[in-house]
Parts: sequence; C-alpha cells; structure tokens
Amino acid sequence: MLKSGIKRVVRSGVVGFFRNAFVSVSTMLVMMITLFVIGVLLFMNAALTSTLEQVREKVDINAYFLTSAPEKQILELKSSIEQMPEVERVEYISREKALERFKARHKNDQLTLQALEELDENPLGASLAIQAKDPSQYAVIAKFLEDKTAVGEGEQQLIENINYSQNKVVIERLSNLTKAIEKAGVIFTIFLTVASIMIVFNTIRLAIYTNKDEIEVMQLVGASNWFINGPYIIEGMLYGLVAGLVTLFIFYPLSIYMSSSTEVLFGAFNSFTFYINNFGMLFKYLVGSGVGLGAVSSYLAVRRYLGV
Amino acid sequence: MSDSLIKFEKVTKIHNGGTVALDSVDLDISNGEFVSIVGHSGAGKSTLLKMVLAELYPTQGAVYVDKDDTRHLSKKELVQLRRRVGTIFQNFRLIESKTVYENIAFALEVAGMSDEEIEADVPHVLGLVDLQDKAEYFPKELSGGEQQRVAIARAIVIQPSVLVADEPTGNLDPINTYEVVQILKKINDLGTTVVLTTHNKGVIDSVGSRVVTMDGGKIVRDDKSGQYML
Ligand SMILES: Nc1ncnc2c1ncn2[C@@H]1O[C@H](COP(=O)(O)OP(=O)(O)OP(=O)(O)O)[C@@H](O)[C@H]1O
Ligand SMILES: [Mg+2]
Repeated sequence: MLKSGIKRVVRSGVVGFFRNAFVSVSTMLVMMITLFVIGVLLFMNAALTSTLEQVREKVDINAYFLTSAPEKQILELKSSIEQMPEVERVEYISREKALERFKARHKNDQLTLQALEELDENPLGASLAIQAKDPSQYAVIAKFLEDKTAVGEGEQQLIENINYSQNKVVIERLSNLTKAIEKAGVIFTIFLTVASIMIVFNTIRLAIYTNKDEIEVMQLVGASNWFINGPYIIEGMLYGLVAGLVTLFIFYPLSIYMSSSTEVLFGAFNSFTFYINNFGMLFKYLVGSGVGLGAVSSYLAVRRYLGV
Repeated sequence: MSDSLIKFEKVTKIHNGGTVALDSVDLDISNGEFVSIVGHSGAGKSTLLKMVLAELYPTQGAVYVDKDDTRHLSKKELVQLRRRVGTIFQNFRLIESKTVYENIAFALEVAGMSDEEIEADVPHVLGLVDLQDKAEYFPKELSGGEQQRVAIARAIVIQPSVLVADEPTGNLDPINTYEVVQILKKINDLGTTVVLTTHNKGVIDSVGSRVVTMDGGKIVRDDKSGQYML
C-alpha cells in the first residue's frame, strides 16, 4: 500500500512535469538565475582562494644564521620547527645556495661580483624560510624563533636575525584581509540562499495558485496530505534538476570566454581549467541546489494551500 | 431501517456574510435509505450536503456520520470518512489537470486500491456513464453533461457506503437522467445509502422513496414515500 502510494506519487509528479502543469518557463528562469548566482559564487570563491594562496606563498619569515653556525644544529632546529602544528613548510637555504642565489641576482653587477671574488670566504650565512599554514600564525612562529635566539650561558649563538618585524605589517594585513573576505563570503552566501529560496518559493506559490481548487478537491475525495504534496514536490525537483543542468552547461562556454580575463585578474586562476577540474563538485552543488530548492519551495508552497 | 447513519441535531449554519443557510435542522437518515431533498434555490440543500463530507461545519448544533461528530474527527479519521462517502458536487469539481480516466482512478488511488482493481473498475464505471470514448479527455474538453457523468463515475467507483449527490442530473438530457437514476437506484439496492438533491419532478417520481422538502433553511416536510410538492 505504501509502496504503490509512493509509485503513484512519483508517477503523478512525472506526468505533471511533462504536462507543464504548474511551473512555467518564468519559474525555471528564476531558478536558473538563482543557481547561476550560486555558480558564480563558487567560481569567485575558488579564484579568491587561489589568489590568496599565491600571496600567502610569497610571504614567509626567514631566520638568518651566523656564518659560524654549524649545519647540523641548523638542521636540528629545522626539524623541530617542522614539528610545530602551525608550520606548513620549512626550506633550508645553505650557505652555498645563498651564495649561488646572490650571484644570480647580481649577475649584471660586475663590481659586486668582483668584490665577492676578492673575499676568500663565503660571507653569507645559511637561512631557513618558514611558511605558516595561516598568516595569523606567524606571530607564534616568530616567538618560537626569538626564544631560540636568546642563548643561555655556554651556548653558542646561532641566529643572527629574524625578519619577522619587517614582514609583520604585510603579514597582519594579509591575515585580516583573508578573514574579512571569508566572513563576507559566508554572509553573502547565506543572504543569497535565503533570498533565492524566498523568490523561488513565491514564484511556485503563484504558479500553484491556479491549482488551489484542485488541491481542495483532492482533499474532499479523501487524499491524505502527502499524497497531494508528493507529486508537487517531485515535479519541483524535476524542474530544479533541469534548471541545474542547464545552468551547469551555461558555465561551459562562459568559463572558456572568461578564462583569459580571469588569468589577468587572478594570476594563476583559469576559469575553464577550474570548470573542467571541478566538474563533479559544480554538478553536485548546482544540480543538488536546484533539486533541493525545487523540493523545499514546492513543499512550502503546497503547504499553504493544504491549510496545515 | 433503524440504525442511524447520518444525524443532524439542531444544526444552524450561518455563512460568512450572515446568510442563515440552515436554521435549527433536525434530520435522521438510516443506513440503506434513499432520501431526496427538494426545495427552492437557496433553500440550503447544498449547505446541508456539504456538512456530511465535513466540507462545512455547523455554526450551532452537531452533525454525526456513523455516530462520529464531524467536528471532532482527527485528520486521519476525516480522510477515512471522505473515502467512505462518495460525493457528486453540484459544480462537478473535477481535477482540471487530470484526464477523465485519471480523475476516476484518483479516487481509487487515494483509497489504496491495487493497480489491477483500478484497471478493471475505471473502464467499468466509464461504461456505466457511457463515456468510454472520452477516457483520455481533459475536463475542459467535455460538455457540461459529460463532466457531470465523470463526477458521477468518480463518486460511485469507490463503492461508497454513502452517496451524496447534489443535483446529479442538473445538466443531463432526459435519457441520461433516466440512466443515472437507474444507476443510483441500483447502488441503493446493493446497500449504499443515497442522499440526493434535485429540482426534477421526474427524478422524484421515478425514485419513489423518502422526500425531504426544505424552505428558507428549514425542513418543512418529510414524506416517507413522497412526491414532488412545491
Ligand atoms: N460559501 C458561502 N458563503 C456565503 N453564503 C453562502 C455560501 N454558500 C451558500 N451561501 C448562501 O446560503 C444559502 C443557501 O445556499 P445553498 O447553496 O445551500 O442553496 P441550495 O438549496 O443548494 O440552492 P440551489 O438549489 O440553487 O443549489 C444561499 O442564500 C447562499 O447565498
Ligand atoms: Mg445547491
């Protein structure tokens, strides 16, 4: 009885969908616009994340060691830093490597190179470049390093200086910006979701208005509420499915068209590459939101006319 | 003819707007009866019938169907009641988005009948009201009389224990009217209680059973084997 009931509800919903009983083209358009905005948000989010990631990778703190610091101790320090939960990555730049980089940077500056040649010893110390998982964590890492700098009796000083204070302002600004963007994104998404549910709900409610009498008749011949509600929900889900798929495919040419501008605007971010690589995620979000939006909106809309 | 199936107890109904459609009506209908209700337009006949299906509730007094006060039914009991009462509405009230076949099948679907039963019963009642060829039509594509016959088919297909028929022959030609009255009589013979309203003297005469006459919201006559008297 329940099984045949479900079968009937689904069949009735599918038949209604093909007869275009209650959702007009305009309702579909409203759904598609909503889903389109959700899609744009997904792209924007990815673009911003990738941009922030790039900036974040350029920011680090460096601990410069004295030329006299033994490599073994530096490497020991490196592994203890790597163990910190805040640390993403630590790079060891040996004295030789530092010299190499210095030479490369000054390859057009004969004077400096000559002066370097005249020294019989490499004047550059080794250093560690440390990257935090989050910009706000640099302070903790800097503190750790500063503690290491303060040497006790009989210990040999290793670290010459830490460039945290120079980078501090940039790092803090980046950290605040990241937080602000994330917060704004969350608020914006919530606002849009609520607004879109309300718009789609109202559109469907108006579309169903003509079925008001029909719903009453169904009640009078003894249909239970879910038997009346069910087909509308199925129908709403099917419309959401179609709207989701159409929107998903609209992003295909659009992401190709936008790819060059996104690269200019966001650096390494390419909208078409993102579309292709994240097709599954986009499908899940757009089609899922469409189906969910259709189901919830029609459920709420019919509920009004059921008088419950 | 003793057990009461439908009982109106001092029922007064005042519609929104203040019209007193029923004025302290007492009426007792027993299981298996065939009752015709007559009266001028606006006498309160439809209002009376709508209370049996709990589409309307009394302003004062109480209506009992199967000893249950319609106002105190749970949601589930209300649904159960409506599945037992077949109703032919005065204005048909078919589901516009469903075909003739689907309209009739719907009444069986809500009652949880099996597909086999539905596939057998729907064509059968369509035959009874002579609408086999119009099964795939939508209500909009039917004449008034055809819509009325769909409404009749929908009401009788569930084999109701009570059939409430509000002017079931209002839009029919004499031949169709005669056939519908024969169907109603046959259903009554099989045990269904029938309550109908009509303005048609011929219908009353050919039914030849109890006639209740209403005027201005009151029952003014109740003849055990009456005739049409206005
Ligand atoms: N929903 C309503 N709202 C307000 N007044 C109503 C409503 N339904 C009926 N009435 C009033 O109640 C009175 C009785 O109406 P009812 O429909 O019961 O008459 P009736 O006997 O069925 O008439 P007819 O033979 O024309 O069908 C009428 O005066 C009508 O105007
Ligand atoms: Mg009437």
